[in-house]
Amino acid sequence: MRPEELLHSTPQGLYSPAGDFFIDPTRPVARALITHGHSDHARAGHGAVMATRRTLDIMAIRYGEGFAGTTQAAAYGERLEVNGVGVTFHPAGHILGSAQIALDRQGCTIVASGDYKPGADPTAEPFEPVPCHVFISEATFGLPVFRHPDPAQETAKLTASLALFPERAHLVGAYALGKAQRVMALLRAAGHERPILIHGAMERLTDYYRSEGIALGAVRLARDAAPAELAGAVVICPPGAMTDLWSRRFPDPVTAFASGWMRIRARARQNGVELPLIISDHADWDDLQASILATGCEELWVTHGQEDALVHWAGLAGLRARPLHMVGYGEEEAETTAAADTAAPDTPAPESPEAQP
Amino acid sequence: MNRFAALLDRLAYEPRRNGKIAFIADYFAHTPDPERGWALAALTGALSFRNAKPGLIRQLISERTDLVLFALSYDYVGDLSETVALMWPAPPRAMPTPGAPSPNPLPVGRGEEDVPLSAIVHALAHMGRAELPAVLASLLDRLDETGRWALLKLITGGLRIGVSARLAKTAVAALGERTPDEIELVWPGLKPPYEALFAWAEGRGARPQTDDPAPFRPVMLSHPVEDGDFGSLDPADFRAEWKWDGIRVQAVRAAGADGRHVTRLYSRTGEDVSTAFPDLAGALAFDGAVDGELLILREGRVQSFNVLQQRLNRKVVSPKLLTEFPAHIRAYDLLAAAGEDLRDLPFDARRARLEALVAAHPRDGRIDLSPLVPFATWDELAQARADPASHGAGADAEAVEGVMLKRADSFYLPGRPKGPWWKWKRDPHSVDAVLMYAQRGHGKRSSYYSDYTFGVWTGERSGEGELVPVGKAYFGFTDAELMEIDRFVRRHTVNRFGPVREVVHTAAEGLVLEVAFEGLARSTRHRSGLAMRFPRIARLRWDKPPGEADRLATLERMIGEEGHAPRRPSGVLGKAKSPIGGA
Repeated sequence: MRPEELLHSTPQGLYSPAGDFFIDPTRPVARALITHGHSDHARAGHGAVMATRRTLDIMAIRYGEGFAGTTQAAAYGERLEVNGVGVTFHPAGHILGSAQIALDRQGCTIVASGDYKPGADPTAEPFEPVPCHVFISEATFGLPVFRHPDPAQETAKLTASLALFPERAHLVGAYALGKAQRVMALLRAAGHERPILIHGAMERLTDYYRSEGIALGAVRLARDAAPAELAGAVVICPPGAMTDLWSRRFPDPVTAFASGWMRIRARARQNGVELPLIISDHADWDDLQASILATGCEELWVTHGQEDALVHWAGLAGLRARPLHMVGYGEEEAETTAAADTAAPDTPAPESPEAQP
Repeated sequence: MNRFAALLDRLAYEPRRNGKIAFIADYFAHTPDPERGWALAALTGALSFRNAKPGLIRQLISERTDLVLFALSYDYVGDLSETVALMWPAPPRAMPTPGAPSPNPLPVGRGEEDVPLSAIVHALAHMGRAELPAVLASLLDRLDETGRWALLKLITGGLRIGVSARLAKTAVAALGERTPDEIELVWPGLKPPYEALFAWAEGRGARPQTDDPAPFRPVMLSHPVEDGDFGSLDPADFRAEWKWDGIRVQAVRAAGADGRHVTRLYSRTGEDVSTAFPDLAGALAFDGAVDGELLILREGRVQSFNVLQQRLNRKVVSPKLLTEFPAHIRAYDLLAAAGEDLRDLPFDARRARLEALVAAHPRDGRIDLSPLVPFATWDELAQARADPASHGAGADAEAVEGVMLKRADSFYLPGRPKGPWWKWKRDPHSVDAVLMYAQRGHGKRSSYYSDYTFGVWTGERSGEGELVPVGKAYFGFTDAELMEIDRFVRRHTVNRFGPVREVVHTAAEGLVLEVAFEGLARSTRHRSGLAMRFPRIARLRWDKPPGEADRLATLERMIGEEGHAPRRPSGVLGKAKSPIGGA
């Protein structure tokens, strides 16, 4: 079977003609397979949804129980069939519950990896390379300027600043799903023991992580904290909240932002960030290459991000590669949302996944 | 270097002036001499690495990375030093060959040890052009991303971290009881690593003495007059002069310890430009420091900036050039005379001393007085500004770009104090043009479409014929307007050429920009045959359909009335503000 008959790109997202289903469709469809819970990949309103149990839980938290007609949980490594197409979910290491989806039929295997990260992260199931003929990769950080430093080293920047400015609250912008909880775990690993204060928009997702056995230490709502508790506290909030009225309760805060984009100075300055923390949920340039090569694939399809550079590298590495020109996963309108995204005070805000600069 | 790199890194992200001063002062307080002195030199723009050109850095990176990936990365990051700092590959583990000479003459220690800033400065200053690539590469191999970024920014002279020389000197003052102005006054003639200056600032030493008989004195700058400013200003408090369209210079002449006279011409940032104007420097015969405008005069008449630019563009100062483009100073202030510092005198008193000095100068046509423009009300001054020719400027009116307002009682203060001096430029021209292409900006704007090419109609009437590009502008708009244009560009792209997007531009659909500019000149480099000088976006005309934008014929008519130079030079002599120079 030609790979395109098993899976190809459409305006709504990746579509399997053989199995009659979409992967991470951007508009409501009859049957959808979802890689992870970030809102540009997991949308409400599909007929039937298949995802990992944790992704289904996260979608229910964000969209309500009736977010889809029917749901089916897929366990990691368990091969299911959808209209004769083999479907297996494998951990992607991106956020809790995230998966790569392997499709197989008549000896052809395609892996749609969604967003992924091979580095260590106690808040996500570890990424595993899946042998395949065609590997579909994102390229959010697909340029050789992106080499993420050790997250522990970035966390040390934050703890050093806390020591230098013990009277100032440290406001850390982090996406509500995944990044916020990862920053908490990193702080705990760095020996930070004080309660971490959070914005109301990330309360339920943080509670969910804890209920799944992820140790995050003491976490409290910032709105419940007395003014005296704010001095020298770490406060985690969605990036948009850093500039809205909500943040005015913190006198003279240090503004930090945890994102792979913080590698680029102009990005950090555009967002008014004083303490950029290069902590990413995505593969960096070296990770992308290593992950792609580890699958042993013959062909690489690139969904979104810096497709040109990754496709060029693949050519040099002897792989057939092409961009899929997928829209709806970051880039375009997203470049302005970082500034325009102003969450209402303490109401659940749609988090912008890191694919958005 | 690690400490200095960390300082630059923090400064780059610290928005508040006081925060920046605190970081620099903290660095000075905890860094020994001479390291902190070299850092101060770097922050004040006193270091120059002439051989370390961007071309060399491009060459080094192109030997180490794939060219396509470099081009894509550079386009994305928008900054050469940062791109190279991030892309620089981890160094190969070199196996030392016994007995073989070291391939790189490393200037300093080896291994993981920090490389002192002083050693880097020393090595790069004393190194031949041939050795530079290998030494620079070995330094880059030993630094991390932040260190590489800081080193490359430093040696290419573009720190751009929002720190002016003034701010760095303010941080020196913050070490003790001195004021920033006191630091400014002793600064000229001091040399890195400034040990005496730090000792004085910390209360450990005497006021440093300069032995330069003809030092640069920091210039005083003005603020533009805004609408409404006049309501609070009394005309009787002010003197007015023409604002000349030349180059601001400070001419200093004084006797040294050996009795011989030293003459220097400084740019407004304190760069010594005497060698570019030997004709002028050789003709000066006063003893003092004159603030004035460098102009080209022919038969007593000031030539346009276009003519001056022809002299500025020449690298070699030939006798022919000196004859054809005689340089001249039109003096408007006197900062020192016969060893006496006049900066603490009010403007009127300095003006009287200046008039006497110019009157006593040999009449060789090399220096004259910029006349005062008489006025009793702001309306009268507005008339003079609108028509300099019949208000005293006469045949020189073409070189007048507005008027300067100076308080009669103003002292000569370094920097840009608000209140004593104002500049009131002539109104710019403006046209309505249609946005045709947009390109992503660089640096802070690297993710925004912020460089705009715009065009006007070639037809008999607006909306007819085709749109032909007439210029390119990348400022004049607010941050909020930038977001709006950026959104428009992304939603109305019809074509992509690398970083450039073509946006929809028909008579019915498109974005009209009101473009303000200083002048027009014929140009063979543009398809329209025109080039705009200093174009900027004055307003976004969302209300106006592109079919109603201006026509090329309108611009053609304007060129008949104008004869200005197309572009400003951007070098040392230009008026562009240096990010580090403290202008």
